[in-house]
Amino acid sequence: MQTKKCQVLVIGAGPGGYVTAIRAGQLGLSTIIVEGEKVGGTCLIRGCIPSKALIHAAHQFHKLAKHASNDGHMGISIPGPAELNMSNLVNWKEGIVTRLNKGVEHLLKNAGAELVIGWAEFQDAKTVKVGKGKDAIIIQAEHVVLANGSVPIELPFMPYGENVISSREALSLEELPKHVAIVGGGYIGLELGITFRMLGSEVTVVEAMDSVLPIFDKELRRPLEISIKKQKIKTHLGVFAKGVEKAKDGRTQLNFIDKNEKDESKMQNVVVDKVLVTVGRKPNSASLEPTGVALDERGFVKVNDRCETNMRGVYAIGDVCDSGEMLAHVASFQGEMVAEIIAGHKRAYDPVAVPAIVFTEPEIVSVGLSPDEAKAAGHPIIIGKFPLGANGRALTQEAEKSAGFIRVCAREDDHRILGIQGVGTHISELVGEWTLALEMGALLEDIAGTIHAHPTMTEMTHEGVLATLGRAIHSA
Amino acid sequence: MGTFAFKMPDIGEGVVEGEVVEWMVAVGDSVKEDDPILSVMTDKATVEIPSPVDGKVISIVGEAGDTLPVGVVCIEFEVEGDGNAAASKEAPAPEAKPEPKAKPEPKAKPEPTPAPTPVVAETAPAVQRATGTKALSSPAVRQRARQANIDLNLVAGSGPAGRISHADLDAHIAGGASGASRARPMGSSARTELNGTEEIKVIGLRRKIAEGMVASYTTIPHFSYFEEVDVTVLEELRQHLNATRPEGAPKLTYLPFIMMALVKALGEQPECNAVYDDESNVVTRHQAINLGIATQTDRGLFVPVVQHVEAMDIWQSAEEMTRVTSATRDGKATAEDLSGSTFTITSLGRLGGLGATPIINKPEVGILGVHNAKDRAVVIDGNIVIRRMMNLSSSWDHRVVDGHNGATLVQLVKTYLEHPATIFM
Repeated sequence: MQTKKCQVLVIGAGPGGYVTAIRAGQLGLSTIIVEGEKVGGTCLIRGCIPSKALIHAAHQFHKLAKHASNDGHMGISIPGPAELNMSNLVNWKEGIVTRLNKGVEHLLKNAGAELVIGWAEFQDAKTVKVGKGKDAIIIQAEHVVLANGSVPIELPFMPYGENVISSREALSLEELPKHVAIVGGGYIGLELGITFRMLGSEVTVVEAMDSVLPIFDKELRRPLEISIKKQKIKTHLGVFAKGVEKAKDGRTQLNFIDKNEKDESKMQNVVVDKVLVTVGRKPNSASLEPTGVALDERGFVKVNDRCETNMRGVYAIGDVCDSGEMLAHVASFQGEMVAEIIAGHKRAYDPVAVPAIVFTEPEIVSVGLSPDEAKAAGHPIIIGKFPLGANGRALTQEAEKSAGFIRVCAREDDHRILGIQGVGTHISELVGEWTLALEMGALLEDIAGTIHAHPTMTEMTHEGVLATLGRAIHSA
Repeated sequence: MGTFAFKMPDIGEGVVEGEVVEWMVAVGDSVKEDDPILSVMTDKATVEIPSPVDGKVISIVGEAGDTLPVGVVCIEFEVEGDGNAAASKEAPAPEAKPEPKAKPEPKAKPEPTPAPTPVVAETAPAVQRATGTKALSSPAVRQRARQANIDLNLVAGSGPAGRISHADLDAHIAGGASGASRARPMGSSARTELNGTEEIKVIGLRRKIAEGMVASYTTIPHFSYFEEVDVTVLEELRQHLNATRPEGAPKLTYLPFIMMALVKALGEQPECNAVYDDESNVVTRHQAINLGIATQTDRGLFVPVVQHVEAMDIWQSAEEMTRVTSATRDGKATAEDLSGSTFTITSLGRLGGLGATPIINKPEVGILGVHNAKDRAVVIDGNIVIRRMMNLSSSWDHRVVDGHNGATLVQLVKTYLEHPATIFM
């Protein structure tokens, strides 16, 4: 049995782990990164990237359908309806995933970090065993970074199987299901639900709360809710999923009931080909028991603002830790930070703003405080909005059709920007400027005094800020 | 009106860059031709650069501590006439003069002049941070504060909404965090704790000195040697010469005598009057005796040089020494005045002390420290007598000067000084 020693051992090569390893390598620390599956983690292999590939394809397919309708569209028509080959689509997506996977492996190598493929089994907090029998490797480290990530939550009464699937399987279906039921109308469920709908599936969403995407406020959700309705996605709100059974025709029947209903005879159902369960993700911390790190009641590893656990020299970052949102960019930021802390730098996790994007159609983006949150925090606020319909660039790419807008919230007394949100087609690309504005402590006047390129959708940020100051140019 | 761009001039032979010591003008200042505008320091000297034109400063490049390469535009002036620079953009039109140009595109319908918005509405309303809100600052400022253990909530921000800039952080660090004074159980004391610190940038001459000292001390194995000299007779001679000195001649201190003694002694010990190029391993012995005189100035330590002391009499050497040291103190020494020494004398004057371990002025191989002369009790032939005594300290580069040679040189100097007539033979 081989024994390796290193200064930094990273568990998990997702967007948190691989960034940690690359940065540690750059800093001259001897680094080993252990990954049980493929380098890239949930983000690259079975989450962000593959879903965005399918979303893009679905939009493409949806557009072609418009051009194939009787009079065509935009003066462009195609003779017959476009056809979808699901298996080829999945292969195309896999091509992108493989490219990124190889790219990250290459980056790790260039940074001098050693990649070990296999599941890490902790012997103690600083020692792991990878592999079995005489091929097993023991790795001893001075510092350990837990970047184990998260997994989809499974509902105990309807375990994953052939027809009850998680987001992971939904991204690799060889055949397009005719009808998909989605349990959980959060961002993952809606992104995939809308994608399946655009590709031609019938989609039914079952959600326990009284609205889809309850983390966003009503005003921001509204264009999405209308769009869902227009796309003929059925939504059942305020209901609990109760389980699945085999329907008479051999398909899968999903049972659900109004959440206040005690009478089981009032059970409703929908018969579908696949049930996609997207009720959230949980930290992948089950294997961490031998390390002795403390977990909170939901299983997240407890860390401080330096991502240090209760064990000296053991850090946790990304989805597995209780600091920051479960987002790839949070994990990457924390990973880079931890590598620098190990190298002796003084760092802490203290972002002003973490951008969040939902890639539905229309997209929803938020950074900083919403008006409700700002009021609750005691800020005296002013708000300005600007519609996509008044932006030239948005019109030329039909981005205004989903009735989107952006909304700026600032303090009334000193004009510091507290948060910016937006909903609309293609709006996600605006978030870079918004986040930078918040991190730099920008005031409304800073953005108002910045020339925004014409014709771009970024002009809406300018106009939204001017509207907040009460002097928008292109809106009445 | 035109723009005159002034390039960093070539300030000395082989000088390719200079470090800004001080800008004596700021943007917006009006200057006259030949007014000093910039003080730059090279490895040879600090030079004041005069303004080339009459005009108003519109931009300057670099601040104290920055290095400016020769030939780079370092300052721009707004001048009468065309100036020398192709103006990259139109000079702002004087506000008083109305623009005579016709509007290129007359608008179809005449627009009523909009009432001017009050300027107040355009600016951020509050300068101070609203109470209860977090300090505004960029990620880079926050990281610096963390590194320096500073709580940004205690830093005064000068930006809009109290936004904290790097400069604010600098000011906070320089000012020291002012904490509330602690209550004193034993009654109040007039003395308070002082917690302030002051950061002084090691730039300019100070950095050159620092680098020079480190280069000397880390590469040269110094050995130091001390001796005392009976200057009773020399003192009589000095008093006599000063009393009878020719019209206009300078008053003689001990130094010119020591310089003259060194001319004789170094002539006999040529390995001590040399420079050692330790990269190419060559010691160059000089016939010329160019004596560096370590000189304290307001700006720091300089070593002006009295060239060819071997060709001077005592009056000339005294005069030349006074000239180069005064020029150096006044900042008027030329690059030539400050280079070419083959051996250095350092004297602390009235702070003379008993002894010191002088650091060699690299690449020279030796240095002589002179301490002040005092009447002391000395034993001569079994009797205690009062003699005027002076201590000499010396340091030598032991790589190329053996202890015997260094000691011999000092003994020679001692002998000459104790029998001053021999200096002049």
